[in-house]
Parts: sequence; C-alpha cells; structure tokens
Amino acid sequence: MSEKLSLEEINQKYPDVLREIGNIGAGNATTAIASMLSLRMNMSVPSVEFLPVEEMSTALGSEDAVIAGIMLGVSGDIGGSMMFLLDLPSAKNLANHMMSMMGGPPIAEEDFLDEEKSMMARSAIQEIGNIIAGAYLNAIASMTNLTITPTPPFVAFDTAASILSVPAIIFGSEGDNALLIRTEIDDEAIDERIRGYYFLMPEGDSYQKILSSLGLPV
Amino acid sequence: MGQMIKVGMADLKVCKAPDNLTTIGLGSCIGIAMYDPVSKVTGLAHIMLPDSTAIRANSNIAKFADTGIQKLLDDMIKAGASKARIKAKIAGGAKMFDVGNSNMINVGERNAIASREKLKKLGIPLIAEDCGKNFGRTVEIYSESGEFLIKAVGRDTYKI
Repeated sequence: MSEKLSLEEINQKYPDVLREIGNIGAGNATTAIASMLSLRMNMSVPSVEFLPVEEMSTALGSEDAVIAGIMLGVSGDIGGSMMFLLDLPSAKNLANHMMSMMGGPPIAEEDFLDEEKSMMARSAIQEIGNIIAGAYLNAIASMTNLTITPTPPFVAFDTAASILSVPAIIFGSEGDNALLIRTEIDDEAIDERIRGYYFLMPEGDSYQKILSSLGLPV
Repeated sequence: MGQMIKVGMADLKVCKAPDNLTTIGLGSCIGIAMYDPVSKVTGLAHIMLPDSTAIRANSNIAKFADTGIQKLLDDMIKAGASKARIKAKIAGGAKMFDVGNSNMINVGERNAIASREKLKKLGIPLIAEDCGKNFGRTVEIYSESGEFLIKAVGRDTYKI
C-alpha cells in the first residue's frame, strides 16, 4: 500500500478533486432536502476551504452561538465520519418546514435550547440530517462505485466551539488543517436562507480509496 | 475590576489578579485551570488531544495535554507562581455525539485521563473537576478566589 497522503498533499496533487467531491455531494443533498420539503431552492456553488484547526471554533461565526450539529459514522469500503452543521435560524427554518408538513406547531429558536421542548424539533433535525447525509454519501458512492454505509445520525445543539471541537480533534489528530465545505441554499418562495456546512472525515486510507476509484494514481 | 482574557482552542495563557481567564465552548477538549492562591498567578490551557508523542503534527504544544500542561506550569512559575502552592481544576472532555464506531469519538475521556495523569506526574493537586457527559462547557477561572465557573447551554451556571 502506498504511503498515506495528507489532506494538504491531496489538495496539492489534485486541487479540484476535493472541491468536486464537495460540490457533487452538496448538490445531491440539496436536491434531496428540497424535494422532501417541496421547496424551490437555489444552491450557491459550495466553497471548499482549508483552515487551521485552531481557528475552527470561529469558522461558522461567533464561537458561543448555539448551532445544530449532526454527526454520523461511515462504514463499508471506506471508514470515518461526516458532520453537517446548521446555524440556529437555518435549523429552525428547516425544522419548521418539516413540522408544518406533519401538522405540528412551529418551534421558536429558543425552544431548541430546552431539551424537553425541543424533542420534536430535534427529531426533525435528525431526520433532515439523515436525508442530507444519506444523499451526500450516495453521490460519492455512485461517483466512485464504493459501498458507503452511514450509521444513524446523532444530533447536538450546543455552542459552535463545543460542536466544532469534534471535527477539530479528528482533523487535528492527522494534521494541522481541516477541510470545510460551505453551502448556501436560498428558498425562492419565502426568501429564506439556509446555511449549511459539511465536514467529511475519512479515516485511514479512505481518501486514497476514493481517489483510486476515480482513476487517479495516488 | 480586572480584564477577562480569552484563551482560544489549542491555546494557553497566564495572568495575575485582578485579571481572569476564560475559554469558550470546551466540547471534547479539556480546560485546565491552575492557580497559586498566594501570588494570584493563574493559568488556563485549552487542550484538544491527549498525547503529543502519538501524532506527527505536534508543533503546537498547547494542543496536547502532556506538553500543554507542562508549558502552562513553566509559564506560571516564570510569572511568579510557586510550584508548591499551585492547584488545578479541570473541565470538559464531553462526548458530544454518541457515534460509536471510531476511537476518536472517545477522545474526550482520553483527554481527561491524560490531563489527570500529567498533573499527577507534575505533583500538582487536582482539587476539582467536571468532565464527561454530553454537553459543551464555557469556563472562567478567577485569580483572586480560584473559583472555576462553568456555563453550559440550557443549564444553570455553577462553580467548582
């Protein structure tokens, strides 16, 4: 087996590949969530950026703002985990679309901070996370012909810094930088903006497997 | 009133009363607060990982429990603290997500264990701690009293 490439080395060798994986995954995820919630959504081109792990706590804005984090493990031909993050207004908007489809009452932003009041909202976000992450991973699986199986998602509402400590630690144990994919989705009809962020965290030689299966020598 | 000085992720700082130190959003990371009740020299480290020797990318010594706690102690002594009087309090090390298939996920607990071990090795008494569970913590250490304040989303603030 070849020497393990770092994220930085992969980016140097194949500058567009990580971006393309980000694009295709996020595109598929947006389509899936839009069709589930019957929204007309426009997606901006996702931006893919490297940032030092020490700066991760402020990557989404204020480090003590509460955000929603959805995390799931990945198994099959590749291993690791992925995260999907939403700022609180975006989480509220998405959860409320889902609640209204199910005939439930809308949720206020502050209700997300209360464990009891937010039970329904949390399970709505969990379901949204399931669809988004599933669609994201499916896109990568069909692009690479690899089998990628997600675990059920876990949801946390907490300060941005606390939630971001998880990917910071995972990236930080391999190198100095994290790879962040930002997407913005505009809902045409109601002039709502949803900001979502992804972290893909393949373990071991998973990136090599993805690159090889795309026909790229590693 | 002194200043409240902010310590970032994988960062450490030392101050003296009336100034105090804070770090925001310890998830699986650990906040190690140390203070000398006589000189009122206080330090706070926000470490991310247990062991600098296990990792290639280890240039930032504040990132690890082993090297970070050592540096914090050295800096405090330089600032006038006496090692014999220094006491420690720690918080953090939460398991933010209950994903079970990766050993990275239990890093919060491993961070707590490594921090306790390093303090023991240095002979610094660990007099209080609030580690584990599944929520993030913001902490403040007060130089005058040695009080360690812990804030968490949706919970009452408490001190240890």
